[in-house]
Amino acid sequence: MPERRLTIRTACAAAGLSLALLSPLSAQAAEQIMFVSQGGAYQKAQTIAILDPSAKKLGITINQDSVPDAWPIMRSQVATGKPTWDVVDVATNFCLRGGEQGILEKLDFSKIPNAAAMPAEYRSDYSVAYEFYSSVMGYSLKKFPDAAAAPKTWADFWDVKKFPGRRSLRNHPLATLEAALMADGVPADKLYPLDVDRAFKKLEEIKPHITVWWTSGAQSAQLLNDGEVDMVMAWNGRISALTKEGAKVAYTYNQGILQSTSLCVLKGAPNLPTAIKFLNEAVDPVHQANLPLHIDYGPANPKAYDTGVIPAARVGELPSAPANAKVQALMSYAWWTSAAGEAAEKRWLSFAQK
Amino acid sequence: MTAIDPSLRYRRREQGLMLLLASPAVIVIVALVVIPVGWLMTQSVYENGFTLEHYRRIFSEDIYWRSFGLTFRIALMVTVLTLVLGYPVAYAAAHVKRPWDVLILSFVILPFWTSVLVRAYAWLVLLQRTGVTNQMLERFGLISEPLALVHNELGTVIATVHILLPFMVLPLYSTMQKIPRELMLAGASLGGGPLHTFLRVFLPLSLPGVVAGLTLVFVLTLGFYITPELLGGGRTIMISMVVSRNVELYNQWGAASAVGVVLLVAVLAIFLAVGRIIPLDKMLGQK
Repeated sequence: MPERRLTIRTACAAAGLSLALLSPLSAQAAEQIMFVSQGGAYQKAQTIAILDPSAKKLGITINQDSVPDAWPIMRSQVATGKPTWDVVDVATNFCLRGGEQGILEKLDFSKIPNAAAMPAEYRSDYSVAYEFYSSVMGYSLKKFPDAAAAPKTWADFWDVKKFPGRRSLRNHPLATLEAALMADGVPADKLYPLDVDRAFKKLEEIKPHITVWWTSGAQSAQLLNDGEVDMVMAWNGRISALTKEGAKVAYTYNQGILQSTSLCVLKGAPNLPTAIKFLNEAVDPVHQANLPLHIDYGPANPKAYDTGVIPAARVGELPSAPANAKVQALMSYAWWTSAAGEAAEKRWLSFAQK
Repeated sequence: MTAIDPSLRYRRREQGLMLLLASPAVIVIVALVVIPVGWLMTQSVYENGFTLEHYRRIFSEDIYWRSFGLTFRIALMVTVLTLVLGYPVAYAAAHVKRPWDVLILSFVILPFWTSVLVRAYAWLVLLQRTGVTNQMLERFGLISEPLALVHNELGTVIATVHILLPFMVLPLYSTMQKIPRELMLAGASLGGGPLHTFLRVFLPLSLPGVVAGLTLVFVLTLGFYITPELLGGGRTIMISMVVSRNVELYNQWGAASAVGVVLLVAVLAIFLAVGRIIPLDKMLGQK
């Protein structure tokens, strides 16, 4: 999306310039940050719901960049000593790992009251949870038209006799190992620490029936939509986007794996004080409540559900809504960034290849 | 002061001018190739001090072996297929009258100007289970179950062949075009049949183009990334994907660099070996 970025930048530059010419408050108008997210419909939604209102309220300019895999770039930016990014929206495990590796700024939560009020497990010394999504089981309604006879659990996903058909899983161990363990009978609240050997053993069972190991979210949705596979583990927003387009697909939150992205600030960020101000604004309950009005991902700040901004019918569709969260497993990013978690990640490539 | 030979002075000035003319290109190459490759090599042997650990890993862990093996096997298949498909095309283009040669070449070059990503997705549409190919075959009653044409090694090979075909056809065409027609006529006048003259005269003369095409395609396939990523179904893990996974998933730049260096060395070795049979300038169709 270079064109979009360009227009945003040009627009910002133009706005900044005209302000500088017209207003005596030009010093304030010059305050800006570089915010990086993952692009696509998701970044568009958060621009409308969170970024634009925050920029307006704080009187700052939020420049945007988007990268599907920010992690390697975060590291190299900090390694150069002169990062150009300030705030990054990235899967929470990268925030935890970044904190451990000293490439993120330690956050002073007294300056981020909105985050300080969130549950402790939603933040770390280096990051604040930003939004929730879920790795859920999606399936084709053409293949399983009868709701009563549709697959409902990971055990059903693994049961190729009762539910014949082609399947797809993500080409990544996160959430996939959790699903395998739940398929093997481990309860959702007893997953951690993950029994990695058991998970891989269970995955070997389903492997011959996996047509595609997908690598991008768009691919997972397309596979299901095209009828290339009948069942898939995918992010809830991808499948719900299909249902809105009228595709014959469905999904269940039952045994979904609840995951989050978090905001973190690069060490030596060029606009650190503004970045911290933005961080507080980004998890403001009202802005957070705006997000699900534009995309099927849930607010990370639970107070968003008390603002009354989200219609009651909408709440039921969101992954982080209390009723939905209850039937899911909450991913432990702390485990995934532990030595055991990293060892499990390293086993993945050789598993996928054999 | 002794007088300098004017021709020597002229030659020196000419050399100086040539150096000056070449300098922008040299600077670009140093900045974009020599320095990054040097950095890559340093990184592959450095992790808190000098270490050969990354190379030890590459040669001891079987995922690396398997990926190298798969990559070379796919490269070999793709190379052979592009030659088989490309040779007749180049032959036709070199022998038909205008405007047919332009037409043939534009069919070769037009897809060449289309993004690799777009072509990979196009193959996905054509080859998937509910894709055009399978639906046609089913309609004609040739198959009862959709064939697994994509999300595997086969899909990767098909798309890669299509993407790299121009790299085979173009050097072949440029070599064939320079083969004097009179030689064929001479062969025929000496009593050789069409097949005989082709095998004894035309084919040997076209060999530099063949070797150039083979080398180009083989080397390019070794570094393919998007195509196996999209059409390989996650199982066809070529070496470039191992590099990217090492960076993305495991955050091991050293290991990724070491894989890159090994691949680079393999490619250079291939070039050198080929260069011994046919000099590079000849291979690229200059002479």
